Amino acid sequence: MATYALQRLIQSVFVLLAASIVVFLAVYGIGDPVEILVPPQASALERAELVRRLGLDLPLWKQYLVFVWNALHGDLGRSFVHGVPAIELILSRLPATFELVLLAMAIAVGLGIPVGLAAGLDTESRLSRVIMGGTVLGYSLPNFWKGMMLILVFAVLLGWLPTSGRGATVDILGLETSLLTVDGLRHLILPALNLAIPNMALMIRLVAAGTAEAKAQDYVKYARAKGVRPRRIVFRHILRNILIPVVTVVGIEFGSLIAFSTITETVFAWPGMGKLLIDSIYQLDRPLVVAYIMLATSLFVSVNLLVDLLYAALDPRVRLAGEPA
Amino acid sequence: MSGTLLEVRGLRTVFHLADGAWAAVDGVDLEVARGEVLGLVGESGSGKTVTGFSIVGLVDPPGEVIAGEVRFAGEDLRRASGERLRQLRGDRIAMIFQDPLMTLNPVLTIGEQMAEAVLEHGGGDEAAALAMAAEALGRVGISSAAARLSQYPHEFSGGMRQRVAIATALLNKPDLIIADEPTTALDVTIQGQILFEMQKLARETGAALIWITHDLTVVAELADRVAVMYAGRIVEAGSVVDVLDGPRHPYTRGLLDSVPDEARRGERLPQIDGMAPRLDTRPAGCAFAPRCQRASKRCRAEDPPETVEAGRRFRCHHPLARGDAR
Amino acid sequence: MSAAPVRAGDDTPLRLRVLRRLRRQPTAKGALVVLAAIVAFALVGPFLVPQNPYDLTAINVMDNRLPPGSKGMAGFTFWLGTDAQGRDLLSAILYGLRTSLFVGLAATAGALAVGVTVGLTAAQFGGRVDALLMRVVDFILGFPSILVALVLLASIGRGVDKVILAIVVVQWANYARLMRAAALVERRKEYIEAAVNQGLPTAYIMRAHLLPNSIGSVLVVATVSIAGAITLEATLSFLGVGVPVTEPSLGLLIANGFEFLLSGEYWISLFPGLALLALILSINVVGERLRRSFDSHRQ
Repeated sequence: MATYALQRLIQSVFVLLAASIVVFLAVYGIGDPVEILVPPQASALERAELVRRLGLDLPLWKQYLVFVWNALHGDLGRSFVHGVPAIELILSRLPATFELVLLAMAIAVGLGIPVGLAAGLDTESRLSRVIMGGTVLGYSLPNFWKGMMLILVFAVLLGWLPTSGRGATVDILGLETSLLTVDGLRHLILPALNLAIPNMALMIRLVAAGTAEAKAQDYVKYARAKGVRPRRIVFRHILRNILIPVVTVVGIEFGSLIAFSTITETVFAWPGMGKLLIDSIYQLDRPLVVAYIMLATSLFVSVNLLVDLLYAALDPRVRLAGEPA
Repeated sequence: MSGTLLEVRGLRTVFHLADGAWAAVDGVDLEVARGEVLGLVGESGSGKTVTGFSIVGLVDPPGEVIAGEVRFAGEDLRRASGERLRQLRGDRIAMIFQDPLMTLNPVLTIGEQMAEAVLEHGGGDEAAALAMAAEALGRVGISSAAARLSQYPHEFSGGMRQRVAIATALLNKPDLIIADEPTTALDVTIQGQILFEMQKLARETGAALIWITHDLTVVAELADRVAVMYAGRIVEAGSVVDVLDGPRHPYTRGLLDSVPDEARRGERLPQIDGMAPRLDTRPAGCAFAPRCQRASKRCRAEDPPETVEAGRRFRCHHPLARGDAR
Repeated sequence: MSAAPVRAGDDTPLRLRVLRRLRRQPTAKGALVVLAAIVAFALVGPFLVPQNPYDLTAINVMDNRLPPGSKGMAGFTFWLGTDAQGRDLLSAILYGLRTSLFVGLAATAGALAVGVTVGLTAAQFGGRVDALLMRVVDFILGFPSILVALVLLASIGRGVDKVILAIVVVQWANYARLMRAAALVERRKEYIEAAVNQGLPTAYIMRAHLLPNSIGSVLVVATVSIAGAITLEATLSFLGVGVPVTEPSLGLLIANGFEFLLSGEYWISLFPGLALLALILSINVVGERLRRSFDSHRQ
């Protein structure tokens, strides 16, 4: 297990490095880095100062080293629009995005697994067909439009929930979260639901397929031949087997959720990282975009790493072989 | 009849396919007495495995048991509820499958999978069940049993996995064990060992055994009685001594002749021409007629009825004469 | 264990068998009909509607935000209402569908071209070439498509061609991976070995033998991916980084209608959305059935 973990860690570092090179080249190599990184309204003096500090007059490879050096010290540039270090800004918006993503993931998994199990246990049943049909709708609905329709129905027509924005927050250990207030939750539900639906559709399909497949396996028949109760067969034998692919998907989808939150946050005016990204693209606040990419990449890489390690922990065949199945 | 543990009459199991229902088991009668070993012999496709599953009610769609009586210790299993069958399975009737790799759940420990056989039938607590499992592993010749319990199936070799299956089957001291080709997937060298152990354990615990196989030599060594299956029907049945020394059905004879034998060394090994009929291409009349050298017009037109004679049964219009031994 | 009977050889080519099976499923049939209708409307519609909503001289801002069924200044009925600029929604939707279909098909074709070539090359040459190409593929696949597209478009600007480029960049990697897997299996078959022994040039073998026989599974995925490409274009346009405002796009229409949602003027966002949904859903349903038929026939 330790060797496997180390292997994966090294791989992750390489991916991060590769990403940093790509971003670096895109910003400093192609196009005019001065354009991108220096605010348009800067005076000639400020520009010269910035050029010197960012090392824009150095040869390309040296610039890369400066870039990496700065990055490791948490300096990913300064936002044009807000004037504060990009990292600070993004990190301040992180909790908002996180609570959205976490709730969405919880809904997708919490509802997806049982519904998927129900659909997979008897694929010929009416219930199963309806569920599977529902999932096609779930992943066909365009994300942004679905969000708007949710607002239309629940906020405008029914008036049950607020139309946009984040609710009242509470400070825990320096982080602000709206998960713990009723008002906060009322604001969270619609965007979390919007974010959750396509993922839930995917989860249901995955679990249903896995369940149907597991059910047909010999070990299920053997368990029945041993006289094991049906309940235990489903919840111990089958569930344990499908948890493995589910965990993997959850991990992968985590990154996807963070990405798709850009859309949901835009539609629901949710003050998270995603909205920040969109706004910065509009406002041509390029350092922020660059910082976002680097941060997002680090996040995805870490999550992938964690998922692989978790996978190894769950599947004994991987653990003992020392390398991924 | 006292002493009769299992009595199967007129068992019929069909598979519902796109173009109709085809009978994999086409009117099978069987008896097994307490403590007796019955060998159920046939080629692949003869329906022997389906017969085994049909007895315990484990035939899954598109298969379905549509007729017959399965009396186990006087109780008709076909009329039993799902829960009743579940109670009997693994407790009074145990099964051993053919491929031990596929039959064990790869993500659960051996210990858990053995213990559940005990626990699911109300057998006390986990610690006691695991102790029983360890003891059973010891009996089938697996050393360091206690440590083995926390290992996973893929850490065991094929032969060892099958021993685990045997140990599991014996845990609740069942009255009947149905073993479906348990040694077919194993190395020849291991086969002998497993056979020997099974035989010993069956005698020790007094369990009756239905040994499903395509290998006559196994039956000769192991069984008290034998039933030969062809195309879903029992074509010959009787005591091992009687049937193997003096077969009445040409198919049985053919099977015997194709077993390599010291006495005929150097001669060309006889084979039965042709292949067993597939599920959807069973001919009218006697199913074996196309491959039988004794076949007549009658054989091709008329299904042979069962003849019962001195404790033996066979289905043939032109049976081999008595005393037609080798 | 008794096995199910194996059908005696059926010589109908796989393609026909798949299509035949498809025709028998009612839901897939329904979806196919809907899809055909949408495509027909999108192609023909713009010639039939009274107004070209993207011709600035044809629209009248006095007509704006009229509910469905109202009559406009020029005398014809706005069956689905108008948007904030006075565009007839029905006409705008038809034009928008055209854009969606065009972008979806062009982007998928482009991604296929690139992906298939890369995958085929990786499978054929193996070794270091394969390892390198697959590293690149894995790298790209590690990032969510929406982000890659967003960032790309943020740097290169708006435009239909740029949107197509962005989608191609996002989608090719998946095709590369699939193609490589299929080609690797195909390569081991005897007829390839025979061709190599005959001394046929590699490029020819790749193009004439390997390609047609491995591309099946990839094409099936591509069908569903068209829906993905369409969704991506609509999303990017909605976010304001896709198609420019002067071009028709369902995403833009929906975006325009967003601000009026709260005041109950729902039609500006609802109808384009429904059209988009119908298009995507019908493609997904047909594609899904196609995939299932393909899978079961391949065994």
